[in-house]
Amino acid sequence: MTENIWRRLSGNRMFFPLACLFLVLIVNLLVTPDFFSIKIMSIDGDPHLYGRVVDILNRASELMILAVGMTIVVSCSAGTDISVGAVMAFSGAVSIWFLGFGVLGVDGKYSVFAYQIPYFAGILIALAVGALCGACNGFLVSKLKIQPMVATLILYTGGRGAAQLFAGGQIDRVEVPSYKWLGNFIPGIPVPTSVFLAAAVIIITALVLKFTALGMIIQSVGINNKASRLMGMRSSRVVFLAYMFCGLCAGIAGLIATSRIGAIDANNCGRNIELDAILAVALGGNSLAGGKFSLAGSIIGAITIQSLTTSLLAMNVTADQLPVYKAIVVIIIVALQSPELKRMVMNGRARLIPKNAGAK
Amino acid sequence: MNKLLNLMSAAIIVSALTACASSSPAASSQNPAAQPESGGSLITVGFAQVGAESGWRTANTDSFKSYFTEANGFNLIFSDAQQDQNKQIAAVRDFITQGVDYIDIAPVTTTGWETVLQEAKDAGIPVIISDRKADVAEDLYVTYIGGNFEQEGKDAISWLEGYLAENNRSDEALNFVHLQGTIGADAQIGRTKALDDAVAGAHAGKWTIVAQQTGEFTEAKGQEVMEAILKNNTDVHVVYSENDDMTYGAITALKNAGINHKDVIIISFDGNKKAIQMIIDGDIDCVAECNPLLGPQVGDIIKKLENGETLPKITYSVESVYDIKNAEAHLPDAFGS
Repeated sequence: MTENIWRRLSGNRMFFPLACLFLVLIVNLLVTPDFFSIKIMSIDGDPHLYGRVVDILNRASELMILAVGMTIVVSCSAGTDISVGAVMAFSGAVSIWFLGFGVLGVDGKYSVFAYQIPYFAGILIALAVGALCGACNGFLVSKLKIQPMVATLILYTGGRGAAQLFAGGQIDRVEVPSYKWLGNFIPGIPVPTSVFLAAAVIIITALVLKFTALGMIIQSVGINNKASRLMGMRSSRVVFLAYMFCGLCAGIAGLIATSRIGAIDANNCGRNIELDAILAVALGGNSLAGGKFSLAGSIIGAITIQSLTTSLLAMNVTADQLPVYKAIVVIIIVALQSPELKRMVMNGRARLIPKNAGAK
Repeated sequence: MNKLLNLMSAAIIVSALTACASSSPAASSQNPAAQPESGGSLITVGFAQVGAESGWRTANTDSFKSYFTEANGFNLIFSDAQQDQNKQIAAVRDFITQGVDYIDIAPVTTTGWETVLQEAKDAGIPVIISDRKADVAEDLYVTYIGGNFEQEGKDAISWLEGYLAENNRSDEALNFVHLQGTIGADAQIGRTKALDDAVAGAHAGKWTIVAQQTGEFTEAKGQEVMEAILKNNTDVHVVYSENDDMTYGAITALKNAGINHKDVIIISFDGNKKAIQMIIDGDIDCVAECNPLLGPQVGDIIKKLENGETLPKITYSVESVYDIKNAEAHLPDAFGS
């Protein structure tokens, strides 16, 4: 009986990602009993939600957004987009270059005190640059049939350099209060803005996948590109659009990251985040070989990674040693999800238990 | 429709390629593989910079780029290691194969330089270490020029002692949050040692470091780390932040935690214009300066070497401490924007 429940539970593809997240959270709760407490803090007369859980969701928002795009890319092309971190920096840099057009870099000034173009236009530019970078990747992968890793390697190496060119090799600051809203709080709203952005990206993507055939088409292209084409699906266009969407997600994440500090730090904006995004997809129980995917799994994966980072920081693990602990936990999680390991455990048990004991 | 899509994507690629082509002259000066100009009397200098992680660093880079010009008789090959020592070592090897006249390194970390510096020595290229120290035998480089980081830390501590005495708070028990730079960097080691010594020595029992974490010299990391620290410790009296960028992040985190950062004594390092302005505005209490304008000073060293002069192994640049009393006067001269 218990065996049955266990089997049904572990058979569900969401089981292991969720179990891992719970594991991380429970360890947190044991170490810091007030882990889940959320207070309402009044800051300059504005109510703000304050607590570790808020921090985790806030800090995980870029990663969640990237994980959404990455999941789609992985599913339909069986490859990863390793350029997302560089695209974040590039779209942020271009956006700030336009916002400070004619001011930044003139007379050695690298701070803007008033928007030179409307803020909204700056946002659209960041999104457009992200989508354009994604389109570049998509063209290389879908039309020229270059391996995804190689195709996106181009922007991975070049994107950050291009961002530096736009930023003039400096950390360009936007000293306008509203520029910090996206990455922090909008006055009067107690929840960090980035949480709303992440939720919007997730919900819109999930709805589109649920109410159109797109989800199925993406998976079918990922499982068998040729067969899907023969069935009448435009495989290469699906792949192209997937990369473009992933680039758009990177553009949104870039906006949040630059808004957090109110500046473009081209060298460090989104540095190494592509690895975390791929990891989030993997932790979510998705196969990096493409095909079937679970968006929810990737989101949970992203939250797990950030919970790990935030809680290790709270436990006073120094930031430079953090990757080691992260790696250990990741090894455990990935091993737990490995079907081979499950089979090995099952076989080991079968050998231990006499044959007739299993017969009923 | 399909054709239109193809055309569009082709257009994107082409425009991206032309953008690359048009930017290549600017990029080539940053490309260590670019061949130095042969002939002429230009002195070719290879500069292996750490990265562009902070405003200090970019001001440092600018002082090299604006000094080592052809007009001044130099040809500068600039390399940005993006805080990665392996990239930096590769850049130095490139300089050696290109046969530059001088190499200047601002080491990402202090250790691991023996092999490549020996290669430079074997090739007969003098190496100058600037800004951060390298932990190698003295015969492997010509001279070191830069800030005395431990002295900067000590200056900051003695400023704090003076400030506390002025406000009759000398006997108070104080909780410190210590935001460290990139672990292993010379600036981090010196500034950390000054605080550690003060806490363990003269102020033992009164001063406590409640949290010590690296913010890797960046604002984003400083903010994230401070945010996590404040969840455990709300009773913070002093923030000792090893560069300005982390200080900006820490102040944002303090604000977001509902703590009035003006009630906290905030000590920062470097002295960007923004930080000096923040002293005037009452956001930061003290900045121990670290002079980034090393370009001309390294230029002087090279000229002396050209004349066959011998140099001391260490030259420290002149640095001071700024607080509310002298920030206003220094503001126009502060580096950065």
